[in-house]
Amino acid sequence: MTLALAKLAPLLAAVEIHKRTGGNASCVAQNKAFCPGWAIDNFDRYTTPLLNHLLIVLVAVGIGFAVAFGMALLSHGRRWLVPTFTGATGVLYTIPSLAFIFLLLPITGLGWTTAIIVLSVYTLQIIYRNTVAGLANVPAESKEAGLGMGMTDRQLLWRVELPLALPEIIAGLRIATVSTVAIASLMVFANVDTLGAPLYQQITFKTNIVIAGGLTILMAISFDLLLLVAQRLLAPWRRSSREATA
Amino acid sequence: MSVTFIHLGLLNVFTDAFNFIFHQQEARTGSTLVGGPDQALHLIGQHLKVTFLALGAAVAIALPAGVILGHLQRGEGVAVAIGNAGRAVPELALIAFVAAFIGVGLGNVTIAFAVLGIPPILTNTYVGMSQVDRNAVEAGRGMGMNALQIVFRIELPLAVPTIMAGVRTAAVNIIATVALASLAGVSTLGDYILGRNVYGDAGVVAGAILIALLTLMLELSLAGLQWALTPRGLKLARAGAAA
Repeated sequence: MTLALAKLAPLLAAVEIHKRTGGNASCVAQNKAFCPGWAIDNFDRYTTPLLNHLLIVLVAVGIGFAVAFGMALLSHGRRWLVPTFTGATGVLYTIPSLAFIFLLLPITGLGWTTAIIVLSVYTLQIIYRNTVAGLANVPAESKEAGLGMGMTDRQLLWRVELPLALPEIIAGLRIATVSTVAIASLMVFANVDTLGAPLYQQITFKTNIVIAGGLTILMAISFDLLLLVAQRLLAPWRRSSREATA
Repeated sequence: MSVTFIHLGLLNVFTDAFNFIFHQQEARTGSTLVGGPDQALHLIGQHLKVTFLALGAAVAIALPAGVILGHLQRGEGVAVAIGNAGRAVPELALIAFVAAFIGVGLGNVTIAFAVLGIPPILTNTYVGMSQVDRNAVEAGRGMGMNALQIVFRIELPLAVPTIMAGVRTAAVNIIATVALASLAGVSTLGDYILGRNVYGDAGVVAGAILIALLTLMLELSLAGLQWALTPRGLKLARAGAAA
């Protein structure tokens, strides 16, 4: 009888702890793959990193798009600029991200400025290349039709060429955004609390890794789908023409 | 005035960084000596070791898979989807996931970085193999080649430029992020850039310079290898097209 009770004691103690902590403590102590109780109780610690991550991606892609788009327009009438710009953005793209952050340390210090510079520089190549390719793929007949209607060069660009290049431009934006979401995690090393911060701070705590990593991937997928929808809405003829050929 | 000041400050940090690489000095935390050529070379060696192990593993997995899928012209969706998904994987989350769920140390870290290298190699190998001119394959078949001969004598050589472009992307991705191995118990140049309180700004910038230089050298040598592996006929065809 006493023997049975002695055997039961640890079990009863465990049940007691389970009751008091809602099951979190033992799960966390054993570092199980995922502790839902802990996740629900502590989700608020991920809101700031999540919002910072979102903000830095939007700002960096916004700046990158503005610069790359400007470069594409600049080189539109001047084909000789294209290899120069392609080469320059390509060289910038091969700078390793972690090294880039710390090479900027003596110049801009650590913080949002450095993080945004690094992230927007990486978006230049893909957005520039896709915009140039999109403009180059505009059918000559469409341009001639525009010219025949008496359009100026500027009207031709904004009313014919850019709308027809939109699918390629958005495709570039999609790739740039998705990879920016991924690289933004590293900006914890530039002292910006993105979703990389919880990863770095508790790198062996499984529930934490699942939440922070999961949120990052979820953000990448959401951006991808959003831009896909935008592409469909802004260039509906693209889909109908494909269906027509299918 | 202020401009000169910034420039001098800049110069100082970079001078300190080179000084850190070539001369041993006392650590920020005191008592121990850090920096100097011996430590730098050791970390460079470690960095390259992890990079080549991971790249080798990625090639060993992705190349045969891509060759088989590309030769059979099957699984295009899978090959392209893996390539796209690869871009969305946050490196830090990947290494954290491996450290937490599989473990730390050289073997586990190699797995993490190999995963990073697989998507570009697989996608490019698939695309390179499946885009080989069907006439060239038919010609081989007409000469009585069997499937293996067609793969090794026609498709693979003609796909070399595309495959090597994938290997280069993978290699650059891996060598650039291998610094994170320092978070999972494997010494690399990441020790310098992630150890500001020990190595100071000079050490951090020294690490960044060394990583950037290693990446550049790897990129250039792989470009050379790509040139050497490209069949002479392809080079001639390109020169002809360009002329």
